Amino acid sequence: MTSGVMPGPRSGSGPGPAARPLPATPAGRWVFAARQLRFWLTDYRRTWRGSIYSSLLSPLLYLGAMGLGLGTLVDAHGRAGLGGVSYLAFLTPGLLAAAAMQTAVGETTYPVFGSVKWNKTYQAAVSSPLRPSDVFHGHLLFVALRLTMNSALFLAVAAAFGALHSAWAAAALPVAVLTGLAFATPVEAWAVTRQKDTSFAVIFRFGLIPLFLFSGTFFPITQLPAWIRPVAYLTPLWHGVALCRALSLGSADLGGALVHVGYLAALTAAGIAVGNRTYRRRLYV
Amino acid sequence: MTGHHGNVARVPAPTVLIHARGLTKRFGSFTAVDGIDLDLRRGEAFGFLGPNGAGKSSTMRMIGCVSPPSGGELSILGLDPVADGPAIRAKLGVVPQEDTLDVELTVLENLLIYGRYFGLPRAVIRERSARLLDFVQLSDRRNDRVEPLSGGMKRRLTIARSLINDPEILLLDEPTTGLDPQARHVVWDRLFRLKQQGVTLVLTTHYMDEAEQLCDRLVVMDGGKIAAEGSPRELIDEYSTPEVLELRFDPAVHETAAEKLASVLAQRREVLADRVLLYVHDGDAALAAVRGLGLEPLTSLVRRSTLEDVFLRLTGRRLED
Repeated sequence: MTSGVMPGPRSGSGPGPAARPLPATPAGRWVFAARQLRFWLTDYRRTWRGSIYSSLLSPLLYLGAMGLGLGTLVDAHGRAGLGGVSYLAFLTPGLLAAAAMQTAVGETTYPVFGSVKWNKTYQAAVSSPLRPSDVFHGHLLFVALRLTMNSALFLAVAAAFGALHSAWAAAALPVAVLTGLAFATPVEAWAVTRQKDTSFAVIFRFGLIPLFLFSGTFFPITQLPAWIRPVAYLTPLWHGVALCRALSLGSADLGGALVHVGYLAALTAAGIAVGNRTYRRRLYV
Repeated sequence: MTGHHGNVARVPAPTVLIHARGLTKRFGSFTAVDGIDLDLRRGEAFGFLGPNGAGKSSTMRMIGCVSPPSGGELSILGLDPVADGPAIRAKLGVVPQEDTLDVELTVLENLLIYGRYFGLPRAVIRERSARLLDFVQLSDRRNDRVEPLSGGMKRRLTIARSLINDPEILLLDEPTTGLDPQARHVVWDRLFRLKQQGVTLVLTTHYMDEAEQLCDRLVVMDGGKIAAEGSPRELIDEYSTPEVLELRFDPAVHETAAEKLASVLAQRREVLADRVLLYVHDGDAALAAVRGLGLEPLTSLVRRSTLEDVFLRLTGRRLED
């Protein structure tokens, strides 16, 4: 075995750099997840430019058309229904939360399905020391990163529009990320179980669009009939919208903020718990 | 090879790398692997030979620690695949039946990502990648995307990737299925070199020539069970005759001819849809005897017995059916 191709001589004298498995400690889990994150970052290197353009374009279009265009009409009608602020100021934080939801669901449906069904890169990952839960958490880290990027870009555009009324708007960034994660973790937990991608279109059409329209993004849910309002209160998007709006307008109170954050965090945690199981079941056949 | 064995004594490493007793895998009511026993030793090239659906891949996935056994015992490198999966997989190289490359990334990026999964430093991965790509003859494609590569190139890249962590055991699930003959020979050549270096190879195949070329020892699997075990030579000696006479007749007289052949002195006679096989010690003598009966085959061929004949004998079926 003198001129072997095997990287480190199997029979070698010194301990060559061998693969480093890790103990099942919490720190080990993070290190494993970070290895999978690196995969997604490498993958993202091909598409990051385009994704940044669309992350900038989308708030420009929405805030321009709805905030300024439609907003002028709304404001002419009186601002009482919006709590005395301009429509642009009302709409912007709602769109921030809604955009986070869309980013989250976009990143956790086809990319996850493709990894388990088309490219099978998930199967490759679990042939290494990584476990299904590491693969899951690594992708969630990537989604959190994308949510942070998109929300920060959104807030920058919003600030340029003069649509943010309080320095507390900066705190809307982590809230928007958490809103996204409250969608990302359950959707990803479900997406990995799919054998076909047909149900994703259904989720977009009958899940995202109604949430987008009726969770207080475009108008206060007090405008909805009283009997349907409790449904809106249950949707994670409403909690994200409500808290982002309160922060952006500088009207947040601690109790309300804790309820919203608690609800979104609970959904995120539930999604992770379910996803740990569904990933395992799908990848350890 | 010698260096390899010389050092084993120094390290208290187990010589039996994979040990299974009554290993079983069930999917619902279907039993894919039905209580098999295995002992795979360090440095050997071990094969699972059998048709599709024999339970080979399920066995490989259990050994690869990505499929918890339904019953029986299994230990790999002295560890429990369910409890110690990450530690075992750190020392395995896996070439799955279907390619699991990221086709959007480049050849080199695929190796880099995979090396990172094992926690290898970037510099080590770079150095190993260069050597491995050279080994699988893909150095000139290192910065190309994987997507447009041929099937044979993708397979070779998968083999390179499986070696990035310097594995103690290399698992290959049908390494050349779907490749054209030339690409298969290139892969065989590379695997043979790995074997010469003392790498422990475990492979599944339904190609008897692949098993004969690469395996020191193999098991014949059928219906989730092990039908026989031994070296290719031992299996042929035990379950077949030195020579086989293959006769092809006009379809109109195929069956009557096959019946008449019963009187020729052969250890065994297999009547296939298109041919008759006579298992004999001396093929030429048997052919003379056939002619002596007044039978005139359209074609006749005397050949040595192969693992295909062993499989036919053990299961009554052909491997690639």
